[in-house]
Amino acid sequence: MSETDFTTALRERFPGVTERPSLDLAAYDCPHGELQDILRYLRDDAGFDMLMDVTAIDAYEESPRFTVVYHLFSTARREYVRIATPCEDDAEPRAPSVADLWPAADWHERETYDMFGITFTGHPDLRRILMWDGYPYFPLRKEFPLAGHEVDLPAPDVAERTGAKVLPAPMMGGPFHSPQKGPMSRREPRADDESWTETREKDAAQALPDGPRDFKHSDT
Amino acid sequence: MAVKEVSIGDIGSRAAQADEEFGGDKMLINMGPSHPATHGVLRLKVELDGETVTKCDPVVGYLHRGDEKIAENMTYNQFVPYTDRLDYIGPIHNNVTFALAVERLANLEVPPRCQAIRVLCCELARLQSHLLGCGVYGMDTGALTVFMYTFTQREKLYTLMEQLTGARFTTSYTRIGGLMRDVPDGWLGNVRKVIDEMEPVIDEIDKLLSRNRIFYDRTVGVGVISKEDAVAYGLTGPNLRASGVALDLRKDKPYLGYGQYDFDVPIGTTGDSYDRWLVRLEEMRQSIGIIRQAIDKMPDGPFYAEDAKKIFAPPKSKILTSMEELIQNFMIVTEGPQMPVGEVYFEAENPKGALGFYIVSKGGGVPYRMKIRSPSFCNLSILSKMVPGHMVADIPVILGSLDFVLGECDR
Repeated sequence: MSETDFTTALRERFPGVTERPSLDLAAYDCPHGELQDILRYLRDDAGFDMLMDVTAIDAYEESPRFTVVYHLFSTARREYVRIATPCEDDAEPRAPSVADLWPAADWHERETYDMFGITFTGHPDLRRILMWDGYPYFPLRKEFPLAGHEVDLPAPDVAERTGAKVLPAPMMGGPFHSPQKGPMSRREPRADDESWTETREKDAAQALPDGPRDFKHSDT
Repeated sequence: MAVKEVSIGDIGSRAAQADEEFGGDKMLINMGPSHPATHGVLRLKVELDGETVTKCDPVVGYLHRGDEKIAENMTYNQFVPYTDRLDYIGPIHNNVTFALAVERLANLEVPPRCQAIRVLCCELARLQSHLLGCGVYGMDTGALTVFMYTFTQREKLYTLMEQLTGARFTTSYTRIGGLMRDVPDGWLGNVRKVIDEMEPVIDEIDKLLSRNRIFYDRTVGVGVISKEDAVAYGLTGPNLRASGVALDLRKDKPYLGYGQYDFDVPIGTTGDSYDRWLVRLEEMRQSIGIIRQAIDKMPDGPFYAEDAKKIFAPPKSKILTSMEELIQNFMIVTEGPQMPVGEVYFEAENPKGALGFYIVSKGGGVPYRMKIRSPSFCNLSILSKMVPGHMVADIPVILGSLDFVLGECDR
């Protein structure tokens, strides 16, 4: 089955599937209700037997805010396909789990949940994987600042004894880059947080305003 | 003397009672995150029945640095040093894979000389990674000597890297659209000398371990991964090929002109730890063959894409003498290499498996979203399936045979 063959077959079977703009692979948007059926069809009938990657995109101020993206690979035909599906509900995003189709999806979905807070319904064991259990934020959401937020230590007994906290990262050393938006006068490369110095530790109250980087630089 | 009669039924019930009484509880032990056999900061929560593992839950994330978040906040070229710290065993391959992914986004093809140098870098990185992987695998099975042999060779590769990039370890050699600089004079001769010396050592390592009775007994039939499991869990690289799936992106999705090099893709038959050892050994020999061909065929010409004016900064001599080039350099440094709007996913055959970059661009010099598909992360996800049923002493062997690196797994 060549690429065009499975495309027509996929379209005929699932009229909800639309082409997704892409610079390289065949890519399709699909409604989240049909996601499992579409991926099962691609795995069993179109030969895409490997789930390479699952991730998400946070569109921030648009709706639907979160999109889950799957990359499949066919070991027989040596080709990729990208399937994207928007999540239900912008505040508490949900997507169907495909862990029963590919065991590989287990960790990928845990990571996507960990980073974006997308709940994969039907996942057997959805808990954080890179951050620690009980971490209160979802770091790859656009409103989460690069430096991080101050939070409690994962071990309460150590926190009690030492009074230590997880502090935002000092950003004085960079990264230095210029904002992509705004007038030329404000596009000089600079660090994200210039308030922090070696002698003056970052004050928690002065933490970065939330929001994507492009809106962060004030007039000062 | 009175004889006590014991009925069969009675024995049965007593035996069942004894089973219950002396069966013992399952024991939960914790391996890592700081354990020499876990090659970094991997932690395994292992449930044991006697010496047999009944459940294994890998805990990753101890080395999580938020590389994807960082990537969203800097230009493409600024992210190159961060890619060194993914698979830090063969860092230069990550540089190349990242550059290739961004160049695919820009729809930019680098000139043949740049491609050939990058192929050299990739294969040297594969040697670096497999030398370390095989060395520590030997150590994990109790064969310390092999490590000394492999590390002596790896040291020579460090020296080559230093001559090429100025750094032994964190190379940061590629730029989007080209390289940091051309190869120094005489470097190709040095590479040839090093690989000529290395080839007999690989045979020696082979002789030291492959027919070693202890090594054989400890690895054959241990940690078997079936073809179906390997594909279902998304394993890539030598681990997938040891299970008998001949998938090598250098052959199947050729990039960097890999199609013009002559090399074989070794595959295993049973997918056990011993096969993974053999596959890595053979891959080193194939890499040496590719390096020889690359040196022989090394084309002349520019080492960067000269027509990509908004992506690759012009040479220093021109920046200092020409206004237009000065502006060009300023724009690339401050705003980053300019990319079109769109999304790409690119995977290359890294030493550990398929390293993928999924880049979503909204234009400009900073990615909107960048996902790093890490081969070690996927390769480790199979642990909870393959470890149960083995003895505790098999765990270091299985971990050694999987050859992962946590810097890449946790990102």
